[in-house]
Amino acid sequence: MYKSLSSGCDARLLRCAIARVRLVHVAFARLASIASRTLLFVIFANALTTSAQTPGRPATPVEIKAWDIDVRADFKGLPPGSGSVAKGQEVWEAKCENCHGAFGESNEVFTPIIGYTTQQDMKTGRVAKLTGDTVPQRTTMMKLSQLSTLWDYINRAMPWNAPKTLTTDEVYAVTAYVLNLGGIVPNEFVLSDKNIREVQAMLPNRDGKTREHGMWNVSDKPDVQGSTCRNNCDAKVDITSRLPDYARNAHGNLASQMRLVGGVRGADTTQAAPVTFTTPRPIANSQASTPAIAISAKPDPAKLAAQHACTACHGVANKLLGPSLKDIHAKYRDAKDSVALLAGKIKAGGSGVWGAIAMPAQGHVPDADIRAIAEWIANGDFK
Amino acid sequence: MKSSKFSIGRLQKAPEFFLSREALDLHGDDRRSFLRKAFLAASGVAGAAASGSLLAQTDSVGDPAILNLPAHSTGLGAPVAAKGYGTPSKFEENLQRRESPGLTRVGAASVSFAPLQGFFGIITPSGLHFERHHQGFWDIDPTQHRFMINGLVKNPKVYTMDDLMRLPSMSRMHFIECGANTGMEWGNVAVPTVQYTHGMLSCCEYTGVPLKWLLDDCGIDLKKAKYILAEGADGSGMTRTINLKNALDDVMVAYGMNGEMLRPENGYPLRLVVPGVQGVSWIKYLRRIEVGDMPYDSKDENLHYTDLMPDGKHRQYTSIQEVKSVITTPSGGQVLLDKGFYNVTGIAWSGRGKIRRVEVSADGGKNWKDARLETPVLDKCLTRFNMDWTWNGSDAILQSRATDSTGHVQPTMTQLRAKRGTRSIYHNNAIQSWLVGANGEVSNVQVA
Repeated sequence: MYKSLSSGCDARLLRCAIARVRLVHVAFARLASIASRTLLFVIFANALTTSAQTPGRPATPVEIKAWDIDVRADFKGLPPGSGSVAKGQEVWEAKCENCHGAFGESNEVFTPIIGYTTQQDMKTGRVAKLTGDTVPQRTTMMKLSQLSTLWDYINRAMPWNAPKTLTTDEVYAVTAYVLNLGGIVPNEFVLSDKNIREVQAMLPNRDGKTREHGMWNVSDKPDVQGSTCRNNCDAKVDITSRLPDYARNAHGNLASQMRLVGGVRGADTTQAAPVTFTTPRPIANSQASTPAIAISAKPDPAKLAAQHACTACHGVANKLLGPSLKDIHAKYRDAKDSVALLAGKIKAGGSGVWGAIAMPAQGHVPDADIRAIAEWIANGDFK
Repeated sequence: MKSSKFSIGRLQKAPEFFLSREALDLHGDDRRSFLRKAFLAASGVAGAAASGSLLAQTDSVGDPAILNLPAHSTGLGAPVAAKGYGTPSKFEENLQRRESPGLTRVGAASVSFAPLQGFFGIITPSGLHFERHHQGFWDIDPTQHRFMINGLVKNPKVYTMDDLMRLPSMSRMHFIECGANTGMEWGNVAVPTVQYTHGMLSCCEYTGVPLKWLLDDCGIDLKKAKYILAEGADGSGMTRTINLKNALDDVMVAYGMNGEMLRPENGYPLRLVVPGVQGVSWIKYLRRIEVGDMPYDSKDENLHYTDLMPDGKHRQYTSIQEVKSVITTPSGGQVLLDKGFYNVTGIAWSGRGKIRRVEVSADGGKNWKDARLETPVLDKCLTRFNMDWTWNGSDAILQSRATDSTGHVQPTMTQLRAKRGTRSIYHNNAIQSWLVGANGEVSNVQVA
């Protein structure tokens, strides 16, 4: 073989030799593959017997219990307990009413929970008002098809500013109260893990969901397919919708939301649209209104208040979960050393001054920021 | 050869030795005032430019921007590390994440839209990634973060960030789109610019551990397992069900985004990446995955992210973000500078695969031509497209229509409504129409 290769220089022989070498390679590769598979098996077996081989450690039963809080549609995961409508009303008035309204009807902070379901819906399991355009917006009770969903969500995420602080029985009670507001259970009802399935069978929209569609799996068939027409398609093109003139500036001046250079500028929406083509005027750059250098600029307390989520609960002029900043200003502006007083209150949190909802301590916010926010509120310079 | 004494290896004097005494003083003793002067000088130039015409001014002699040397040509710039973490030019400040007024009442349960009108290519700058928070965002200490896998697994485990960052890692570029993106436009035109119509969309390179690796590591029971539940560590405890098929395919437990750690707004230190699936399933502050055998009906699977159909039923678990595209320039709220040549540019994406084709129409959908797709064209990722166009000064309606690798073609608003009505809120992937008016202004319109 080697002889013929070196002496002959015959192309046919060379091909033959290459083929043979390839065969040998294949054989070696097979051997190697078997060997590596055996090796992998050994490693894998090792990993199973000594779990310290891969990073991570076993979760303890207590840890799993602490975090595995989900309650599934078949109520798997629901802890035993109970709560009455009356108890639920107590909790509601203390912790829920501010956002959701006394009857779960409020549209002030979040969309309403209660409304537009009927006794007839409870019989059919379908909410009639979900067809047609008869309601301004859908309420939670119109959409809810699984009671587990309501229980799980209250348990994991409510109250909004202090989630996971209700006891199990309080979660049952608040769920019972919401069901009562929705006209599903009577005033004297006590909801428990024993009877929750019976209430599930009464939900107005319990049969209102479908999973028949093409958007769960990549392999599903889409329900709406576009056109592939490329020339002279749909001869008529009518504009069926556009923003009304009065909404021209509803999103602020668009001129200050576009780049300063390029083939286009932002439209100056503080002015009416030009009738004919005019070269766009210079941009009202939002930069012009802010200090040229951030290094020496004083922090903007309004931005700080947003950054530290103060404004999640305190509107400037409107009451949300907590009192408005203007109300706080009015109450404390004449207090002795009002800035220090307010800073102390922000840092320590408190309750009972403005209502039952406690304000959590804000110790994680830097002192300088607290001070700036306190000054801002004390001065009442909200613009 | 004389030049040899200046050859490679000879030490040159460092530039600071050539600074004037005054400049050195500025550097050494009062860097801030030096910077301030530099910035003030720069903004003075900006002011002068803004007070003149937008377009370059030339008289018979020439453009003052050429003839009068600006401060940056005749002075000293800022030193290195003046900003330990760099930020965009102040002249780019117009491009910000913004809320849509009136959409929500409280900022901690709201959305901010990414300024798509200003982006190039396909990668979203981390600081302009859209935001969706259900109960506010947090900056979580990564040393205290824990990730648990439990349920139908042989060995429930807890991983620290240290553990996860030692494991086999992968990096992939994917789009993330909120299921409600373009949701305000189901009934009629509601918002003015592409930032608000399509800005709940971003695209990043993510780095993390394949979820499959972790599930295998815990000994997933593949005979019983059908779904997983992903859960966040924040107050909302966001929970979403994900198909096991997806979970074992390309889902990733990610800590990296665009070459650095995730931003707090986007789930620092750990989030789920579920390519092609709506953003709500990309659980932020990921603390737990449970393996189970039925969907979980969490709040955001039963009360929200369900698509209302004309028959009054809500579609549940509509997850895939279907084929979609939009022209980002020229787009709503912009004004063309002049008649003539324009590069029409935009982005296309599909949760089912790659983008195969994007067509552009300038006459409201009567006639279409193929746009140029820029590389890379990746699976479940934004694809940038471009097209030459000449504006002749009269009304034009610009549209783009994408086709993905499965052959799914982006529908019109009319086609979507015929099947799904007008009250769905979610999964509006209709062709977007921008009217270029004879006055040069571009506005959001719907056509039929």
